[in-house]
Amino acid sequence: MYKQVNICKITYKNEIAPGIIDMKVTGNYLCKHIKPGQFLNIKCCDGLSTILRRPISICDVDYAKNEIRFIFQIKGEGTRLLAKKNIDDTIDILGPLGNPFTIDPKYSSPILVGGGIGVFPLLMLAKELRTKSPRILLGFRNKDLIVLEEEFKCISTHTFIATDDGSVGHKGYATDMLSDYLQSGLGDIVYACGPEPMLKITQKICKNYNIPCQLSLEQRMGCGIGACLVCACKTVSADNNWEYKHVCKDGPVFRGDEVIFDD
Amino acid sequence: MTELNADINMKVNIAGVVLNNPVITASGTFGFGREYGEYYDLNQLGGICVKGLTLTPRQGNKPPRIAETPAGILNSVGLQNPGVKHFIENEIPFLKKYSTKIIANISGNSVEEYCTMAEILSDSDVDMIEMNISCPNVKEGGVAFGTSAKTVNDITRQVKKCCQKPLIVKLSPNVTNIQEIAKSAEEAGADALSLINTLLGMAIDINTRRPILKNNVGGLSGPAVKPVAVRMVWQVSTVVNIPVIGMGGIMSGDDAVEFMLAGASAVAVGTANFADPLAAVKVLDGLKEYLLKNNIKDVNEIVGKVEIYE
Repeated sequence: MYKQVNICKITYKNEIAPGIIDMKVTGNYLCKHIKPGQFLNIKCCDGLSTILRRPISICDVDYAKNEIRFIFQIKGEGTRLLAKKNIDDTIDILGPLGNPFTIDPKYSSPILVGGGIGVFPLLMLAKELRTKSPRILLGFRNKDLIVLEEEFKCISTHTFIATDDGSVGHKGYATDMLSDYLQSGLGDIVYACGPEPMLKITQKICKNYNIPCQLSLEQRMGCGIGACLVCACKTVSADNNWEYKHVCKDGPVFRGDEVIFDD
Repeated sequence: MTELNADINMKVNIAGVVLNNPVITASGTFGFGREYGEYYDLNQLGGICVKGLTLTPRQGNKPPRIAETPAGILNSVGLQNPGVKHFIENEIPFLKKYSTKIIANISGNSVEEYCTMAEILSDSDVDMIEMNISCPNVKEGGVAFGTSAKTVNDITRQVKKCCQKPLIVKLSPNVTNIQEIAKSAEEAGADALSLINTLLGMAIDINTRRPILKNNVGGLSGPAVKPVAVRMVWQVSTVVNIPVIGMGGIMSGDDAVEFMLAGASAVAVGTANFADPLAAVKVLDGLKEYLLKNNIKDVNEIVGKVEIYE
C-alpha cells in the first residue's frame, strides 16, 4: 500500500480572528491515519505562483463526518491563496506527516502550553487527554488574537489565558503559569507548541523541575517527507554531540531533552 | 496507463548504461529514494541520482535552508549527508531492490577526495557516478573546480583515472561560457554531462532586512531557471558528442520534451518532487503521451530535434 496524495473538499471556512482562517476538509485517508501533533503539507494553488506546499498543523478531526480541521495564519502568498479558496473547492493535501505527540499512560497530569498560532495542534491533543483533565495554558499577544478559548475550556476547566499586554487573564507568558504549576508539584508531562522563545523557556523550566516535555517545532520546509533535508533543527546526537535532524520527518514533535536551541 | 506503453521504446543509453526510460530524479531532491518509495514504485524511474555525497559525513548549513521565490526555490542545504561509506553500506542495498539505475553524486574539497570517492564507489553497485563540481552552497562542493575550463579539464582527467564507472560531470550555469567548459570536460574523458546545477541567488526579508537563508545565498531551481537550462542544454549538446542529461525546472512531460528537443538524452526532475511527490512519474507519463500523440515510436528520436532558425 502506497501513501496517498489526498484531494480534499473544503466543507467549512471561517476567519476566526484577523488573518486567522479556520478550515475543514473531507478526507477518509487523513482521518484514518491522523494523530495529534502531525501536520499536513498543503498545495495552496495550481500553477507556479507558489510551488512549495505549506506545512500546516492538524487542529482537530471529526471521525463521524470524516473531516479534518486545520487553522492557519495568513503570512505570505501561499497562505493568502489558500485563504481565498471556498467551500466545495478541492485542495491537494499530503499527509498526515511527521511524528505525533506521544501519549504515555504512565503520565496522569499533563500540562499543555501553547503560544499564538501554536495553540492549534494542542486542541486535538487536549481532546485525547480529556479524561486526565489536562492543565491548558495558552498565551496570546492581546485580547483580539485569542482563539479557541471556549473550545479548550469545554475540554478542560483548567484552561488559562495569558496575554502579553494583560488585556485578558495573566499579564505575561503562558510559561509563567507553567513554573507556578510545576513549583506546586502539579504536572508530570508537558506538551508545548508555539514560538521558539516560548519553547526554549518551556524546555528550561521542565529541566529545572525534572519533568519530561515534548516540543513541536517549526522550520521552513521543502518536500515535507524527509528527502530534501532543508528543515534542519539541532539535536543532541547519540554520541552526546549534536546533529541536524529534520522537523518534517524526525519531528515536528521532539523530546524536550533532545532539542538544542542556539543562543 | 497501459495505452501509453503501446510499442514505444522508452529505453535510453547513457554512456553504455541502459535506463528503462529517460526520467531520472535529480540529486538533492530525492534523498536516497526511501521517502518517495513510500508513494510509488521506484521501478518506474529510469534512474535515481542520490543525495550529494562527501567522503565523510557532513551536517550541512544552518537553517533556514530554503526560500521560495517566484516560480522557484533557493536552497542552501550545504550537502548534509551521511558520507560515502554509510551510503554504500545502508542505502545501496535498498536501491538495488529496484531495476532503476543508481547514480552516485559526489562532492569534495580536493581532487584527491574526488578520486578517493570515485575509487570507493567503483567497487560498489552504483551504475554511474555524477561528479558535482558546481555546488554553490559550500566550498567543499567543488564550485571552484567547476567554473573554468582548465580546472574542469584537470579534475575530470584525474577522477577519470580512478573511476571504473561511467563518469557524468555536472556543470554549473554560473559561468560565462558553458560550451568551453563542456568541451573541456569531454576532452578530459567525461562519459556524459549533466546540466544545469542551480543558479546562485539571494532573497531578502524586507522587514528584518536579513537574507532569508542563513547562508545568505543559495542555489535557485525550479521553473524560474528552465529557459536558462534549456538554452544551456542546447548550446552544450551542439558542441559535444557525449550524452547530455538535462535538468532545471522540469515540472511536466512537456518540459521534458523541451529539454530532449534541445539535445538532452535523458532528463532529471528535481524541485517538482517537492511540489508533488508523484512528479517524476507524471513527467514520464506526459512524455509518453507526447510521443503517442505525435506517433513517435522511440523516445530517442526526439533528442536534439529542435529546428533552429537560420
